[in-house]
Amino acid sequence: MSVIAFAKNWNGKFKNSTYELVSYTKKIADQLNTKLIVVSIGEVNNEDLKSLGKYGAERLISVNDPQMNILTSRVYSQVISEIAEKEGANIIVLSDNNSGKAIAPRISVKMKAGMVAAVQELPVSLDPFIVKKRVFSGKAFAHVQIDSPVKVLTIAKNCFGVLENQVDCLIEEFEPEVSKDLYKIQVLEEEEQKNKVILSDADIVVSAGRGMRSPDNWGVVEELAEVLGAGTACSRPVSDEGWRGHEEHVGQTGKVIAPNLYFAAGISGAIQHVAGISRSKCIVAINIDPEAPIFGVADYGIIGDVMEVLPKLTEAIRNSKS
Amino acid sequence: MKILVCISNVPDTTTKVKFKENNTLFDDSGVQWIINPWDELALTRALELKEDAGNSIDEVSVIHVGGAQTDATLRKALAIGADKAIRIDACAADAYYVAGQIAAYLKENPFDIVFSGIESSDYNGSSVGAMIAEFMDYPGISSVTNVDLSNSEVVLYRAIPGGKQKIKVEIPFVAVVQKGITNEPRIPAMRGIMMARKKPLEVKPAVEMDVLTKSVKFELPEAKGACKMIDAENVEQLVDLLKNEAKVL
Ligand SMILES: Cc1cc2nc3c(=O)[nH]c(=O)nc-3n(C[C@H](O)[C@H](O)[C@H](O)COP(=O)(O)OP(=O)(O)OC[C@H]3O[C@@H](n4cnc5c(N)ncnc54)[C@H](O)[C@@H]3O)c2cc1C
Ligand SMILES: Nc1ncnc2c1ncn2[C@@H]1O[C@H](COP(=O)(O)O)[C@@H](O)[C@H]1O
Repeated sequence: MSVIAFAKNWNGKFKNSTYELVSYTKKIADQLNTKLIVVSIGEVNNEDLKSLGKYGAERLISVNDPQMNILTSRVYSQVISEIAEKEGANIIVLSDNNSGKAIAPRISVKMKAGMVAAVQELPVSLDPFIVKKRVFSGKAFAHVQIDSPVKVLTIAKNCFGVLENQVDCLIEEFEPEVSKDLYKIQVLEEEEQKNKVILSDADIVVSAGRGMRSPDNWGVVEELAEVLGAGTACSRPVSDEGWRGHEEHVGQTGKVIAPNLYFAAGISGAIQHVAGISRSKCIVAINIDPEAPIFGVADYGIIGDVMEVLPKLTEAIRNSKS
Repeated sequence: MKILVCISNVPDTTTKVKFKENNTLFDDSGVQWIINPWDELALTRALELKEDAGNSIDEVSVIHVGGAQTDATLRKALAIGADKAIRIDACAADAYYVAGQIAAYLKENPFDIVFSGIESSDYNGSSVGAMIAEFMDYPGISSVTNVDLSNSEVVLYRAIPGGKQKIKVEIPFVAVVQKGITNEPRIPAMRGIMMARKKPLEVKPAVEMDVLTKSVKFELPEAKGACKMIDAENVEQLVDLLKNEAKVL
């Protein structure tokens, strides 16, 4: 018996969400009185691998193959399943992000292991194995029971937090045999947004909606984001109109985010918008209409014109920092 | 080439969610059902690709695993423009079961491209598409924001954290699509609704397949406390509260 966490790297580095994943999985391993095995795929230097020991990774199996730097879900799922098989793992945990969404379902089919995505907290019960996840786009939670011997989970960001648990991290290299046939996709080009906070990683998000009235008014949003070191987001009509890029759209049909602090400026708070932000720890709404539904989900609210309030807020935050 | 679009039948996005039988079952009384928003976008994109004659796509079909009560949703997909609808007559018990049913159909009736949405807006499983890819041993590309067939090779764009990748892929494959794949979902026009009545809606029996997970209980989120209002002339107070009360700054 053992528990596996798949630690995804981005250009050889781990993010906070990986530390959270390792912390979470270590806790399950402790609850089950079993060992945690962390798996890393692609090139990562030893020092970065060892950093996972801080969160309880005693054993780390590293597949340090440059050919595997780019996510190919078929290859990754095969490697993880092979290790899980060899190690007799009964629980495999991944982060609920682009790569976890691509890999976890494939592991589920390979190992005939029931899968639950975007789990919200530690298992509700270990026997039977029941986890809690959000359903109906945040309007409810379901307790889902997994009946198969092997179980696959992906965990939602900020569902558990990072928990330090320093151990010595023993690194083992592993070279799986992967058939060339599995590499059926080829990355032709990659575009990365430079010098901008990545929305899905951001601890603070400044988001704005149709209440901004024109794309030319976004300067006040960006300035506030800048003093806060925040990511920027928007409501769906704003990205549909092409005022902002699609990657900024949050909500039921856009990204689901869970920052510590979310500013909603000139956003009415339609149910489909709220579906993407309701897991934020703290929501601040700025809206000219006291009846706007966003005040029903916000922790703090200001009634006023975005064009006046946002610059004042930027100023106040700047002052509080100096 | 042939494109198959997987359709999930979900409650309208404004539905007030309720449960019954001691919070063990979703209460669907009075619920309006719609095509899952991402599947509607995927279908729209598939039809756009077909209309561009250069792409030589001769069929866009939709498939759904569900009971007869979902036929209205499939008729809507036909009205939007799908050529054919297939319903596997079974209760969509879990993602593994649903993907297994669709894969069994695909093995008998091959398609070149399979589209699925990134998640169903009801159970938010985000797994059926990639599971189909695994059952079929096809490449599966997730977070797809655009599909381009205009050249001799198939090019997809996928979102990665903070950017995107342009990817070449060989058919057959499964693309799990998200926002960006097309702008607006198509709405059925009168003519489409008339034509949909004559289009085939095939009902197929389910194959033997295991169910690995089940929802045993539901709960509603805790009610949120009241929103603390701050005067627009006093934003310093907000900064102070964010720092010292909420402790998020
Ligand atoms: C199937 C489906 C899926 C959807 N998915 C999403 C989704 O993922 N994300 C999403 O965001 N929406 C989604 N929507 C759309 C959603 O229903 C709303 O239409 C949308 O969120 C409204 O965007 P908004 O708040 O920017 O604009 P509006 O609703 O127009 O609100 C603008 C707000 O700005 C305020 N305002 C105006 N001027 C000022 C000013 N000067 N200063 C301050 N405030 C001002 C107004 O009082 C108003 O509250 C979806 C809809 C459907 C049907
Ligand atoms: N019952 C179903 N029948 C056909 N396709 C489905 C069904 N359920 C889910 N899908 C497809 O799988 C995608 C992801 O759904 P899910 O894994 O349930 O979140 C949906 O957007 C659909 O494309």
